Amino acid sequence: MTLIRRLYCILCLVSGVALLAASSPAQEADSVLIDTAGVEVTPAPAPPVNVGARDTPSDEGYSITVFWELSADDRPGEDFVTGYRILRAETPEGPFREVGFSSVGATSYTDASTEKKTDYYYRVETQADGASSSSPVIGPVQSTAQWFNFNLLNLLIIEGIICLAILYFIYSAKSGKKLFLRKIAGLEAVDEAIGRATEMGRPILFIPGIQDMDDVQTIAGITILGRIAKTIAQYDCRLHVPVSRSIVMTTARETVKEAYLSAGRPDAYSDDFVNYVTDEQFGYVAAVDGIMVREKPATCFYLGAFFAESLIMAETGHSIKAIQIAGTAMPAQLPFFVAACDYTLIGEELFAASAYLSNEPRQLGSLKGQDVGKVIAMVFILLPVIVLTLGAIFGWEFATRAGEFVRDWFRLIQM
Amino acid sequence: MNNRVLAYIVVAVGIAVFAILAATQGFAVTMGAFFTIGIFSFLYKDNPYYKFSEAVFVGISAGYWFVSLFWQNMVSKLYMGIQAAYNTTFVEHAGWDDRWMMLLGGLLGLFMLLRLFPKIGWLSRWSLAVIVGATAGLYFINYFVSNGIIQLGAIIAPLQSFTEAGKLDWWGTISQALLVAGTLSGVVYFYFSKEHTGAFGGVAKIGIWTLMLTFGASFGYTVMSRMSLLIGRMDYLVGTWLGLIR
Repeated sequence: MTLIRRLYCILCLVSGVALLAASSPAQEADSVLIDTAGVEVTPAPAPPVNVGARDTPSDEGYSITVFWELSADDRPGEDFVTGYRILRAETPEGPFREVGFSSVGATSYTDASTEKKTDYYYRVETQADGASSSSPVIGPVQSTAQWFNFNLLNLLIIEGIICLAILYFIYSAKSGKKLFLRKIAGLEAVDEAIGRATEMGRPILFIPGIQDMDDVQTIAGITILGRIAKTIAQYDCRLHVPVSRSIVMTTARETVKEAYLSAGRPDAYSDDFVNYVTDEQFGYVAAVDGIMVREKPATCFYLGAFFAESLIMAETGHSIKAIQIAGTAMPAQLPFFVAACDYTLIGEELFAASAYLSNEPRQLGSLKGQDVGKVIAMVFILLPVIVLTLGAIFGWEFATRAGEFVRDWFRLIQM
Repeated sequence: MNNRVLAYIVVAVGIAVFAILAATQGFAVTMGAFFTIGIFSFLYKDNPYYKFSEAVFVGISAGYWFVSLFWQNMVSKLYMGIQAAYNTTFVEHAGWDDRWMMLLGGLLGLFMLLRLFPKIGWLSRWSLAVIVGATAGLYFINYFVSNGIIQLGAIIAPLQSFTEAGKLDWWGTISQALLVAGTLSGVVYFYFSKEHTGAFGGVAKIGIWTLMLTFGASFGYTVMSRMSLLIGRMDYLVGTWLGLIR
């Protein structure tokens, strides 16, 4: 009888401790460990302290940053604490669900799964093997969008300098100052290529890439098309522009129409110069290849954004013995154009081409301003590399710090 | 036997072969093979078989994209977006919903269709202006960061590098030196405000050589990936269609 009573007392004691732990918000049931003897309780890790949450600054309004100070049990070199569990609820009473986990030593977590205008409550739990302890509930916190992203202030400064340079050169060009631009080989051949087509009585094919108007290369290609179409109108040659995007078709038609108007040949313009084929990449290529072998254009221009179709088109153009002038900023496609075309505008030459061809003050000024940006880039590469190298060779700490400061200044810019 | 009769015979035999294979190997698989061979026939020369395959390919894909874009944009974004915004603002009385902005997109889309009416067709230029202007503005920052700033941050490092044992890593050092020299000379090549003459021209020449070496490596790599595409098609023809490879 005495033995049964003792066992009953031990069972009550254990149950009481378990219930007490379960009812406490800071001490969860799983933080209590009872060994087989029935009375030994392993203490839970200390909870994180000074827990807070705030709307993440400089964002679009879909994240909240939760921060805390380390648990007293989270000490370097000790592996008792395994991390921090971040729990979220929309009411202080819960239910709380896990939204993230931070490793040992972390003091913040960005919950990037929030909605605007919604109250959120957070708890942070210190996790240890088989035990945990929670901070008090904090909140409510809402995530909101900010107008300015101050993380990009560095970018604003750099772009501001370049934009000022561009504006200065545009002003200079408009006030009559002659701005020098070096010759670009491919562009020198444009008039020659159009002249050849005119003499041969064959059309000119212009491919503005396969991307939409939201690609800057397509915009550059269409700009060049305007200049080419003007010359074609003057030479009374035929133009054909098959496109793979409906908006590109509309833009190209407007551009060509404008060019014919400025050349004094509005009567010669036809909407049929520009036609839509299909959005499908290889369907478009199949059609363009067919056009090439049937119409046999004397000159083919490929200016815009290209992918795998570049070599297929350039090879077909080569097989019909057309003069081919290509230009793209797609690094993987440039080798094919270089191999198969007569002239290739490499990367930025495509963007420079429109300024070079138009001789228009705004575009010329823009290009000159970009050159200022390149000089700045060269200085920012050369100087820190020299300084860091000298610092490493001679052990000059100030030089190393200065070089690393510049490097980190660029690395801090995040989109 | 004249050429026309020969062509008829070839076509008849071809149709018979494809019909038998369609019955045994499956209609869809055989159609895939039929059009694959049709497109490949361009390697010989332009021919009616290729023209037919091309027309079917272009027609089907244009129709597919029309339907796809209609459901992706007109229905999913515009119609359902506006419906959700209406519910937020007028049913739940939760104030402004960002999806109301879809109306602006819808209006600009409508302007594009006004090209069908010459008198007010000029309104489509507004849509184009918004697209081009917004694109230029957005990409100015994106390109500047991805093509400029991130590369600048990555290239700034001391020329000499060391192994884990603290010894000079010759290959690492040469690699970093080539990276810096190649990048700088490449930027010099794309500098348009000075003629490529004298020492400046020499550096620019190194730049274009660096680019060409890069293109050469890229060429080989891409040709390999194209070969894998060809192998994929051959596998389809010989394996999936004819069943000769198991």
